[in-house]
Amino acid sequence: MTIRRRDFLTLAGAATLSSSLPRLARGADNAGVYDLERFGNARILHITDVHAQLRPVFFREPSVNLGVGPMHGNPPHLVARAFLDRFGIRPDSADAYAFTCVEFEKAAGRFGKLGGFAHLKTLIDRLRGEVSSGRSLLLDGGDLWQGTGLANTLQGADMVDAANLLGIEAMTGHWEFTYGEKVLRANLERFKGEFLAQNVFLTEEAAFNDAKAFDPASGRVFKPSVIKEIGSYRVAVIGQAFPYVPIAHPKRFTPDWKFGIRDEELQKLVDGHRNNDKVDAVILLSHNGMDVDLKLASRVTGIDVILGGHTHDAVPQPIAVTNAGGTTLVTNAGSNGKFLAVLDLELGKGKVKDVRYRLLPVFSELLKPDPAMQALIDKIREPHAAALSEKLASADRLLYRRGNFSGSMDQLICDALLGELNAEIALSPGFRWGTTALAGQPLTMEDVMAQTAVTYPETYVQTMTGGQIKDVLEDICDNLFNTDPYYQQGGDMVRVGGLHYTCNPNETVGKRISDVKLDNGRTLEAGKRYKVAGWASVNEQTGAPIWDVVARHLRSGKPPNRAAPGVTLKGVDGNPGIAGQA
Amino acid sequence: MSDVEFSATRRLILQGAGAVALIGLGNLPFLTSALAAANDKYPEEAFKQKSDADVIKTLYGKTAEPSDKVKMDAPEIAENGAVVPISVSTTLTDVTSVAFLVSENPNVLIAKYNIPAGTLPNVANRIKMAKTSNVTVLVEAGGKLYSASKEVKVTVGGCGG
Repeated sequence: MTIRRRDFLTLAGAATLSSSLPRLARGADNAGVYDLERFGNARILHITDVHAQLRPVFFREPSVNLGVGPMHGNPPHLVARAFLDRFGIRPDSADAYAFTCVEFEKAAGRFGKLGGFAHLKTLIDRLRGEVSSGRSLLLDGGDLWQGTGLANTLQGADMVDAANLLGIEAMTGHWEFTYGEKVLRANLERFKGEFLAQNVFLTEEAAFNDAKAFDPASGRVFKPSVIKEIGSYRVAVIGQAFPYVPIAHPKRFTPDWKFGIRDEELQKLVDGHRNNDKVDAVILLSHNGMDVDLKLASRVTGIDVILGGHTHDAVPQPIAVTNAGGTTLVTNAGSNGKFLAVLDLELGKGKVKDVRYRLLPVFSELLKPDPAMQALIDKIREPHAAALSEKLASADRLLYRRGNFSGSMDQLICDALLGELNAEIALSPGFRWGTTALAGQPLTMEDVMAQTAVTYPETYVQTMTGGQIKDVLEDICDNLFNTDPYYQQGGDMVRVGGLHYTCNPNETVGKRISDVKLDNGRTLEAGKRYKVAGWASVNEQTGAPIWDVVARHLRSGKPPNRAAPGVTLKGVDGNPGIAGQA
Repeated sequence: MSDVEFSATRRLILQGAGAVALIGLGNLPFLTSALAAANDKYPEEAFKQKSDADVIKTLYGKTAEPSDKVKMDAPEIAENGAVVPISVSTTLTDVTSVAFLVSENPNVLIAKYNIPAGTLPNVANRIKMAKTSNVTVLVEAGGKLYSASKEVKVTVGGCGG
């Protein structure tokens, strides 16, 4: 938060005073918000979890993002007012709109969409142009290739072209792996940057069969790190892919590879770069998720900054973590192209002397789209535009996904599953990507795909016992609320339709979920069998893709179900990770 | 990058050296191994026990002391509960046996390895786990018993971010 930034805050404040609430003026007039105080001798730009959103989006930050145990009340587990207070952001400001859910609908009308690669390109070029040539880097933290209908159809190839034009020099991965090894490698052939992952190894069987690996001796499938020369300094960038790819997604996409956090191997790598390569700074480009990164920073020494992603937490300031070797800064740069992180470093011999970090919201109304990027996006999109633009319905209310337990968009998906597949109970994955639709806006196939574009979209209908359903709820809830972050997977709770339950996140696995009832008020019985519909199963399924099921539901024009989501929370009084608390 | 190639080559050489050492062990005097075998009959009772404490009591008759010299490598979350890779190495000297325990399995004792004198105490195996459990490694060294434990989660999966 620099002095310059306050100009924009003042501007936003002035707008509040006038009754008309004018939109931000378009174009270069207000671009002062991006005038950054010069600092240091190296500039590292970081984007993460773009989820293939090439065009500007609305994305509502969560109103429920609970931290339990040691994470209680600590960033990133702050929402709404508590978030604004913690980071000194003025309510009603453009930053409040970008970083929180406070008065989202009103603010969306004032400040418009965020992100978009053409706008991002303008901002990135400008920030790189301000420093001498060869003194900046652009890094991507993964989840770049997945999340839209276009990326799903083109298997991420569109994002490789866009990444090349944007100038991404290194990236790591998560959903990238769900296209399978063949597509991943074909895309990486065309990618001009480096794909880094220190924590992906061949399985013993694959190594025995001489499967392809970057380093056959260690079994590392990908290059773990790269050393970049910045001026007369050397900066090591290490890639940390999402550690739980074969657990969170079908194993069939990555049969030959094993993952994991692997902080011992990471420590060896850091030590090697420090002691043998004599680097001046070590950056971890991580897709661990923020809680995992915070724990990792306390255990692994010698990392200056962890540029984090995965959990989609837009955290304006780095969190400093002390460990046996010193201090590591941990960041998380939000999602969907909404933010660009700027890490300015004052490098010295063998160390980082000082740091400035800013997480800049990419206000598309303030940035002129880069013509070359816009042309590329239009060209890639053109053959698919008609199919994607098909209007299916209108949003009857604000539709969003992000939040620990439920979102109106997921309620819509659950309604579609229940109605179209004629089931008693619906389960829908708690993904953290998926854009927001404003009330009254047309819902197109593109909007539906932005919620559902996975490589395993098949729906299923199966019978499950009440006991099994409860176990699934408990299991997924533990992935979210285990007090040890290394046992978390970084997603939100599975969304339910036709079902109501009470959850106490502070309990242990097996004891968090209680009072499970069906829509008709009857208690879910452990021994009784129920018809359950869902999608995105880690087991192979054969039903119609979820996007077709949702599209069918929307086209049918059934009246929207506005029942409140069926989750009652216990033990969260006073937790600043839920909006509306004191 | 030449430095990477260098270290890869070096690792290959090191692996080669390890292989040579193992072959060397194969040539230990038969008498020693024959004696060891006679002293270590199959611990049938220990494999029937249902708790960590009972296994330790039956197998060793003494208590285990947690030690940071026992290095266990196990995943936090298993990629496949049917084959969970767990390995152990230790800087303790005079190691005579290594055992693996999974508290929540129907039979807690998974395996016990007798370590002949002069062998590097590195053991890797893959174990089957029905559900989330504490996994314990026991190392018997110099007549004393040491341990390391870690929870390994077995989950139905499903994602997030």
